[in-house]
Amino acid sequence: VGDKSDVWQGTLALMVLKTIETMGPLHGYGIARRIEQTSGDLLSLNYGTLYPALLKLEQEGSISAEWGFSENNRKAKFYSLTSAGRRELAKAAENWEQTTAILARFLASTGGAA
Amino acid sequence: MRRLRALVVRFAGMFGADRREREIGDELESHVQMHVDEGVRAGMTPEEARRDAILRLGGLEKVRQAYRERGTIPFFETLGQDLRFAMRQLRKSTGFAVTAVLTLALGFSASVAIFAFVDAALLKPLPYQNPATLMDVAIKTADYPRAAMSYLTYADFKRMNHSFRSLDVYTGIGYLLTTASGAEQVPGESVTDGFFRTLGIAPVLGRDFHSGEGLAKESHSVILSYGAWQRRYGGRSDVIGQVVSLSGTPYTIVGVMPASFEFAPRNDAEFWTPFYAESTGCDARRSCHYLLGVGRLKDGVTQMEARADMSTIAARLEAQYPSSNRGEGAAVVPLAEVIVGDARPILLILLGGAGLLLMIACVNVSSLLLVRSESRKREIAVRGALGASPARLNRQFVTEGVVLVLVSAMLGLAGAYGASRVMLGLISKEMMTRMPYLNGVGLNLRVLGFAALVAVFATVIFSLTPILRLSLSEVRGSEIQGGLSGAGRASSVLWRRLGANLVIVELAIAVVLLVGAGLLGKSLYRLLHVDLKFEPDHLATMQIALPEAVYSKPEQIVAGRRAIAARLAALPGVVSVGSTSMLPVSENVNVDWIRFVGRPYDGKHIEVNEREISANYFSTLNAGLLRGRQFKEGEDSTKPLVAIVNQALAKRYFPGQDPIGQRVGDPSLSPGSLKQIVGVVDDVHESSLDAAIGPTIYVPFEQEPGTYAEMVVRTSQPAEAMLPTLVSSVRQVDRRIGVSDESTMMLSIHESPTAYFHRSSAWLVGGFAVLALLMGSVGLYGVIAYSVSQRTREIGVRMALGAQRISVLQLILKEGSRLTVWGIGTGVVCSLGAGALLRSMLFGVKPWDLATLAGVAFVLALVSMLASYLPARRAASVNPVEALRAE
Repeated sequence: VGDKSDVWQGTLALMVLKTIETMGPLHGYGIARRIEQTSGDLLSLNYGTLYPALLKLEQEGSISAEWGFSENNRKAKFYSLTSAGRRELAKAAENWEQTTAILARFLASTGGAA
Repeated sequence: MRRLRALVVRFAGMFGADRREREIGDELESHVQMHVDEGVRAGMTPEEARRDAILRLGGLEKVRQAYRERGTIPFFETLGQDLRFAMRQLRKSTGFAVTAVLTLALGFSASVAIFAFVDAALLKPLPYQNPATLMDVAIKTADYPRAAMSYLTYADFKRMNHSFRSLDVYTGIGYLLTTASGAEQVPGESVTDGFFRTLGIAPVLGRDFHSGEGLAKESHSVILSYGAWQRRYGGRSDVIGQVVSLSGTPYTIVGVMPASFEFAPRNDAEFWTPFYAESTGCDARRSCHYLLGVGRLKDGVTQMEARADMSTIAARLEAQYPSSNRGEGAAVVPLAEVIVGDARPILLILLGGAGLLLMIACVNVSSLLLVRSESRKREIAVRGALGASPARLNRQFVTEGVVLVLVSAMLGLAGAYGASRVMLGLISKEMMTRMPYLNGVGLNLRVLGFAALVAVFATVIFSLTPILRLSLSEVRGSEIQGGLSGAGRASSVLWRRLGANLVIVELAIAVVLLVGAGLLGKSLYRLLHVDLKFEPDHLATMQIALPEAVYSKPEQIVAGRRAIAARLAALPGVVSVGSTSMLPVSENVNVDWIRFVGRPYDGKHIEVNEREISANYFSTLNAGLLRGRQFKEGEDSTKPLVAIVNQALAKRYFPGQDPIGQRVGDPSLSPGSLKQIVGVVDDVHESSLDAAIGPTIYVPFEQEPGTYAEMVVRTSQPAEAMLPTLVSSVRQVDRRIGVSDESTMMLSIHESPTAYFHRSSAWLVGGFAVLALLMGSVGLYGVIAYSVSQRTREIGVRMALGAQRISVLQLILKEGSRLTVWGIGTGVVCSLGAGALLRSMLFGVKPWDLATLAGVAFVLALVSMLASYLPARRAASVNPVEALRAE
């Protein structure tokens, strides 16, 4: 597990949590599609990486899973946010906003000097 | 927190693999379905949509694998698999597993047990404050490296030295204590008042001696040992301030030492009293030596500096008092060295032996692993061909090594605990008193650390052996078709040679140890059957002490001792009763300087043993009188002074003459000391069992009556059964008489330090020898079995060509006997050298004792034949068809 994928995993987890918060309980396929749509198709998500990431969030207690039926009456596993997951999301979102804000300011100031 | 939770869930996940597999399967199935539904809606064919779905997932199996790895902890998962596999492998080859584990456990327990002793004796610091700066202070002469000093010498040492912050002395003292069952002799210790402060140990109850407490004769205070406090006073705290009568003098109890307090030079002392120097008598004479010192170095003073300082003082005293202090140097050595003393070299030798044993065990197990790795070549090659990486295969070997070592280590630790208990049990109570530090023998952290170190070392060896032997490059390819590549063949020959040479070394070591054990055992036998020149069986002995306060005049003492003898002699079952000042074979020394009348005297001391005996002493011992007469009853100081000499004295000082009628006296021939020799007695074994009989002079106790005596009682019944009656009979004469050390002569001989030393060395070497023999035969078995496994095809060919089973058996046995002969030959040569080293420990046996050598060679040959017969039989039972087809 290198640094790169760690960062990717981290951002993916955040996206997953945010998606579930917005959409309510959702299955893996739906989460994947929603992430792609939200990113304005800028992100090409390897759907396969989603499932280990979901398992990790489940192990950490941020989400819980339950079998149910999709709108097309397909059997699917639905993921929903736990209260711990909600807190985790809030914290991670704040962190991320802070990081991007600092980075944006940093890039802006460096750009101005150049 | 979240990570921890995840870790726990993943750990638990190791046990729910099936359910998880089903879940992800179902989930992926539904994912693909939904993807296909949407694709079809967008106008794709179901096949296209399905391909697209799987493509976007990056392959179903890959997702499953990633999911699986996230679901558990892969490291443990693999470990679990490897462990299960290793256990299955070991269970499949029970013979190998049991042999390897037992071999290793043996080496393990021997080395750990011995290390526990080394730790207790050599590594653990003495239980005193800052023990490194405590020095033992004594004097040394040409004959004795450490001897007691006189009080005046101690006073000068203390006054003149610049090296010690404090310097104190101690001396043993026996007290008569009145108890419910009569007078009892108890060991005590007289110490200068700063003694406990010098050691840095304070009483657990009450107070230490005040500084200067020993200066006033009338201050009779006493400090109890913890044991005495518990045993005699029930551990009551109101004991402080109580008065106890020691040898008739009242002492006030002022303190109790802690339970952990030990002082090896005199650990059985129950009563510790302040030393008081008399102004007359022994303390006023520089020639009266009875004090040993312990000093605390000043800060920054090294022991070298202290030694130099004290030597300078000793030299000055020598010049000042030549008549008494000539030849007296100062001996200053760390206290720890004095206390551990003789145990150090023995322990280090034992540790070396145990280390050797462990090495042999490791070599043996390695060679067994080699045998096994031969049969596993195919398995390894197949697994390699199926895609197992070299790292993965090596990991399997390491796991197997760890399992082997762990199981052996568990057994070994249990064995080490048992072995150290047994070894402690072998140590007699008296020896234990002298070596209190051995109470600390146990599996403490340092010992466990040592065990862990050994385990790691063994694991490395056992993991490396198959890894090196079965390196993939060699095995892959060649093995699947069968047959060995050229390089493989060469290296297997190398392994075989190495193994064979190691076995020769092992067998040689076994021979050396067996010969050593045989020689020591024979010595012990000879020692216990040495001609004592008296009959030791049916002899009961005990020490009596008449209280000096009551028995103060010589006539009173004589009368008291006669009364005791008469009372004992009247008992049924008693044949005769004698007494002496010191028992034969007791190893205590009491020497006297004498001079013969009418002979030139050059001033050199004529040192002889001196014993005061009763008239019927020799007849009680059944010792032969060679010339002259015995002492007579009533031959007391009113009669002319007489003496009996032993044959050794007669031979040395009266060669070819008759000593009867000659006269001896003290070195100045003072009139009161002159005695006439009236008899010559056979050389009763006065010294230790293994020592030569020195010249001895016997005088009637009635002419030199002492309050201490050793009673010797010949009984018609077993002596041991008579002891309680004998003791109570003495007490019936006078309750104030102390009786102690009741025993039998046979017991004293068997328990004497000399017999003890010989017995324990014989047992120890014997124990090692048996282990070495076991190891050697396991090693031989391993090598022959390896060779058989290598030669299966050759044997098959031979048998296919008509070789008889018996000739195959011979072929293999010949290989075994070649190694055995080399091993025994080398061993015999080495044991001649080792025997020469042992010479000082042998008694009545030559180092090249033929019977021992022959016996050992026979035993070893027998065991080796058995060890090589097992694989030879397997070789002979090879089915030629299968052997050839298998390759």
